[in-house]
Amino acid sequence: MPQAAGAPEGGCPPPAASPARSGRERDQKGMASYIARRFLLAILTVLAISILSFTIIHLPPGDYVTSFIAQMSASGSSVSEAEAQAMRTQLGLDRPIYIQYLKWMGLILQGNFGMAMEWGRPVLDVIGDRLTLTIVISLAAIVFTWALALPIGIYSAVRRYSFLDYAFTFIGFIGLAIPGFMLALIIMYVGFAYFGANVGGLFSPDFAEAPWTWARFWDLVKHLPIPAVVLGISGTAQMIRIMRSNLLDELRKPYVITARARGLDETRVILKYPVRVALNPFVSTIGYLLPYVVSGSIIVSLVLSLPTVGPLLLKALIAQDMFLAGTIVLMLGVMTVIGTFISDLLLMWVDPRIRLGRR
Amino acid sequence: MADNMVPEENGVISAAEEKIAVATQWQLIWWRFRKHRLAMAGTAVLALLYLVSLGADFLSYVDPDESEAQRSLMAPQPIHWFDGGKLRPYVHPVKGMRDPVSFKRVYAPDTSVKVRVRLFGRGYPYRLFGVIRCSRHLLAVEDARPEESLFILGTDVQGRDLWSRLMSGTRTSMTIGLVSVTLSLFLGVFLGGISGYFGGLPDTIIQRIIEILRSIPTIPLWMGLAAALPAHWDIVQVYFAITIIISLIGWTELARVVRGRFISLRQEDFVMAAELLGCSKVRIIFRHMVPSFVSHIIAATTLAIPAMIISETSLSFLGLGLRPPAISWGVLLQDAQNIQALVISPWLLIPALPVIVAVLAFNFMGDGIRDAADPYG
Repeated sequence: MPQAAGAPEGGCPPPAASPARSGRERDQKGMASYIARRFLLAILTVLAISILSFTIIHLPPGDYVTSFIAQMSASGSSVSEAEAQAMRTQLGLDRPIYIQYLKWMGLILQGNFGMAMEWGRPVLDVIGDRLTLTIVISLAAIVFTWALALPIGIYSAVRRYSFLDYAFTFIGFIGLAIPGFMLALIIMYVGFAYFGANVGGLFSPDFAEAPWTWARFWDLVKHLPIPAVVLGISGTAQMIRIMRSNLLDELRKPYVITARARGLDETRVILKYPVRVALNPFVSTIGYLLPYVVSGSIIVSLVLSLPTVGPLLLKALIAQDMFLAGTIVLMLGVMTVIGTFISDLLLMWVDPRIRLGRR
Repeated sequence: MADNMVPEENGVISAAEEKIAVATQWQLIWWRFRKHRLAMAGTAVLALLYLVSLGADFLSYVDPDESEAQRSLMAPQPIHWFDGGKLRPYVHPVKGMRDPVSFKRVYAPDTSVKVRVRLFGRGYPYRLFGVIRCSRHLLAVEDARPEESLFILGTDVQGRDLWSRLMSGTRTSMTIGLVSVTLSLFLGVFLGGISGYFGGLPDTIIQRIIEILRSIPTIPLWMGLAAALPAHWDIVQVYFAITIIISLIGWTELARVVRGRFISLRQEDFVMAAELLGCSKVRIIFRHMVPSFVSHIIAATTLAIPAMIISETSLSFLGLGLRPPAISWGVLLQDAQNIQALVISPWLLIPALPVIVAVLAFNFMGDGIRDAADPYG
């Protein structure tokens, strides 16, 4: 569970305060150093993910040639031992594992992700729109999470122990306890059994295979709410709790009392100062929220039959189509890292303490 | 502890106050935990679930693997509690036939026959706690085969009894959470301890590893790892492989908690005092530091279990976790994947209920422990 505390650490370089320099110069130095550190971490993460994806490709016993031979013999033709050996040499499968990894990375940097064996087409062809749709769904879920968690969190903190605070806490707990795919199942069931409607999918049948037009886009928007709610609900529950406790901590501080004593109106006292401070750990958790939502989208897509990479990944894994599976894992990982990096930049924009390079 | 104290009068310490003053840390934690009602309720539910796990065979009335196509997809069957004004529970045996119009299998109770339901009657033989030979079950029927007459929660497509399968599934899913959390605990305490106590380079490296692990979407990764388990592995091997895979999720949070406690305790006066008295590092860590944060670790551990139960359920639901003939909540929910089937036989969704209940209970209990963990605060 993402926790508020400790999240934004690591990003604060030592104060580079020198009285001779102007504030603006110091600003820029702190910012540059912060961005550089985050960027370095992002690169490291991408490397780690690529190694893990490569491991997934290589984990099952046998290699591409073994499965190719199996495929061939299934269709009636046979491959001799010499031919298999020649194929291994040609594909570099007889080389040490780290050479194979470097070769794979080299090909990927050229935009060549290999062939999806089961489909007989390049991996990128097979993935097609699905990655974009995964991003769209994940973003929709995060927007939903924020739009709900922010006001509810503020309300729950300001009106602590009120009826609605308890109600939200209760709903939040339920939201935490129901895994997304189960919620999806329940929604599908209710939709089918009581409304006779299929609530799954991202497009109406008319638009499923159609080229992109405004009408198709609008159709997509109309289908987004259910996946967004299913994916976003447990994150929302966590975010409400984080926002609530952050804000409660801030509300106790003397500056709030000072603001009140000065006669500022209540909305201003709360929204202008404590909420802004409480927002910092809240924003930084987006870095944890994103992998969580992307993870969830894989399973939820299967239940709701959404055309994301989820069902494709499961199919690829069951068929041991490892190039396709590895590429999907790699792409999801990289996507998440980019998202996290953007949220780090966002954090810098929200929190001047990070921007100024001070703790 | 303010609410536990009686105001001091004229410097005389009251009995209640003295009780608090001499109480051990664990007593104080327990007193505070006891006041958290939701946490107590959660604890009770968990105790019940683990009792079910222990006595799964006793609680089921037929062999969970026994299948029969003739009993496919039977609806849950009502038990008639009263017979002739007395509490003598009985059921009507169910007869299956083909609907002449739709050709579906339909079932109708045979109201002419009453099969008496007994408590602690004899049924299929099993070993209680894996050791004691036994054939007593909580529920049994008189003068009939239970697999032909008792269907409390209905049956699945292969005609296996859902109640009995749910009992076995509870055992698997509840223990898989415990085993995985033990593994994560080991990793978390070890790496978090190094990170927090030594600081410096080891700390930086471990923190970066945690940060990287946390920014990776886990499910696709675990799916990949789980899919690579050899198909010929038996239930036990797959079980432990899955626990290892999901325990890789939980350790980062535990390591974070342990590290945080180490860092804050390092600056405490009593640690400084121990150092000045010349205590060895091992003694400082295990005699002075660890006892003061064991409760925090227990809280973090409890809060980590639900994520593991959900992971197992999700993986098994996808067909990548435990595989039949193993039975777990996720394996049972696989039958609910098909929406059309679910609409016709909604009872297949019943295994979702214990998942939600268990996750909630662990969350409540963990919250309670976390609140009580620092009794001097």
